Amino acid sequence: MKKAVVWIAFTFGLPAILISLWWIVTAISPNFFFPNPGEILVPFFETWFGPRLWLDVLPSILRFGVGVVIAMVLGVVIGVVVGLNRDLRSLTEPTFEFFRALPAPVLIPPLLLLIGPNDAMKIFIIALASIWPVLLNTVEGVRAADSVQNETSRSYGIQGFRRVRFQVLPGAAPQIMAGIRQCLPIGLILMVISEMFNTTAGLGFAIIQFQRTFAIPEMWSGILVLGLLGYGVAVVFRIFERRILRWYHGLKDLENAS
Amino acid sequence: MTTAPPADGHTVTTTVAIARARTRQRSYRPRRAILGATGILIVLLAWEGVSRSGIADARYLPPPTEVIPRLFQVLTIGDFWIAVGQTLGAWALGLGIALVLATVLGVVIGLSPFLRRFTNSTVEFLRPVPSVALIPLAVLLFGLRIEASLLLIVYAAFWQIFIQVLYGVADVDTVAMATGRSYGFSKWQRIRDIVFPTALPYLMTGLRLAAAVALILAITAQLIIGTPGLGAEILKAQNGGQYSTMYALLLATGFLGILINTGARVLERATLSWHQSVRGEAVQ
Repeated sequence: MKKAVVWIAFTFGLPAILISLWWIVTAISPNFFFPNPGEILVPFFETWFGPRLWLDVLPSILRFGVGVVIAMVLGVVIGVVVGLNRDLRSLTEPTFEFFRALPAPVLIPPLLLLIGPNDAMKIFIIALASIWPVLLNTVEGVRAADSVQNETSRSYGIQGFRRVRFQVLPGAAPQIMAGIRQCLPIGLILMVISEMFNTTAGLGFAIIQFQRTFAIPEMWSGILVLGLLGYGVAVVFRIFERRILRWYHGLKDLENAS
Repeated sequence: MTTAPPADGHTVTTTVAIARARTRQRSYRPRRAILGATGILIVLLAWEGVSRSGIADARYLPPPTEVIPRLFQVLTIGDFWIAVGQTLGAWALGLGIALVLATVLGVVIGLSPFLRRFTNSTVEFLRPVPSVALIPLAVLLFGLRIEASLLLIVYAAFWQIFIQVLYGVADVDTVAMATGRSYGFSKWQRIRDIVFPTALPYLMTGLRLAAAVALILAITAQLIIGTPGLGAEILKAQNGGQYSTMYALLLATGFLGILINTGARVLERATLSWHQSVRGEAVQ
């Protein structure tokens, strides 16, 4: 019982303090740009749980999901193929480094010209931007495979797909998950800003629209929706990672304990 | 030449193995460079092919034989370098502010178990908020001024560094801290001589990640809000229909990114030359 109280105090203490502080400051000196938290909460429900949920929120999340899943699958597949072959690695390295270093948002203007402002372009840019962390981390994880494991596989005649499935992929999994963790925020950034060029729907479009029409509480509620989305993505990733790397965390705990 | 005794702790076998690995690596180096150049050439040829054959509209995707000369032309224009300066200026200022804030807050919060627990839920909630969500707010508050870019850059870069500093401070050896305390180290001495060296590798990792993210946000702010810099120039070229200039600027932005990534890696190696992770890499 006491434990639960302490947990609640620690978890909700600071957020409660910050929100009340915000409330008090905006109550003492009202500011047009900073409405008080209550004023944000009302449009939060009114705006986002009506037709906008189907028009803006869900399509955005769907595009993000499809783009990021494409990036993960292609990133791991290409990463394994490239990582297993030293010549292929040398061949692709400078090119991959360039694309990783290129800030992906600059690709939006040319893609708007080449594909047009449609869903395909948005999914493409999300996938294109978020593939690099996954791909390069997979290459690195596969390259750094344990040489004892490699030689054990060879002596037992484990080759081809079975070697990839049972030795290479599990060995590289911690590094691959690190890549996926890096790619999610990038995908989210591209989801939002791809909706800020020549479009009429989506979360990114909606918050810019509210800002341009000076619908300040609605704009703040949009920021809150994006924040919750980011948080949700992080939580889903953590559950996913725990499951996939259960053996790895277990191993780590054992090592730390000894 | 007399044979030197094997280096400290190494048996003769490992010394030989290391030497063999080194020669193997050295003989592979020219092949690696040639392959890398071939890779770039293949991409350029594919681009040229797609553009010339009409698979993509050549107006919207000019071939590299047009874009690369254009890039060299752009490099001679003063306005281009002003834009590069504005981009790098916003990037450096934002990264600097984030670095100072994140290091100070990270050390203060990381050293206190109470503060760490107290701020945990707030940090976990605020950290994944995509900083581009703040674009409308930045526009309202600052318009086209550089502060609009800074708000986005600082927010994005701060969390990358802050989290790493927290990890780093948590990694500090409790025995070392206790030893410091028994030898009468002041709080400041303990932070400088025990906490800082332990957290430095983490801090540098955070800084490297933050440097890349800060560039993305600097360019994004320029593209979307229109704060001056390379992003705004790219948009201007697109709106003006100067497509080869747009692609030339895009290439230039990529090179800027490579410069920043390489710089961050060099800095990481230089500041951590004493650290196991860097020393260990030389021998493989």
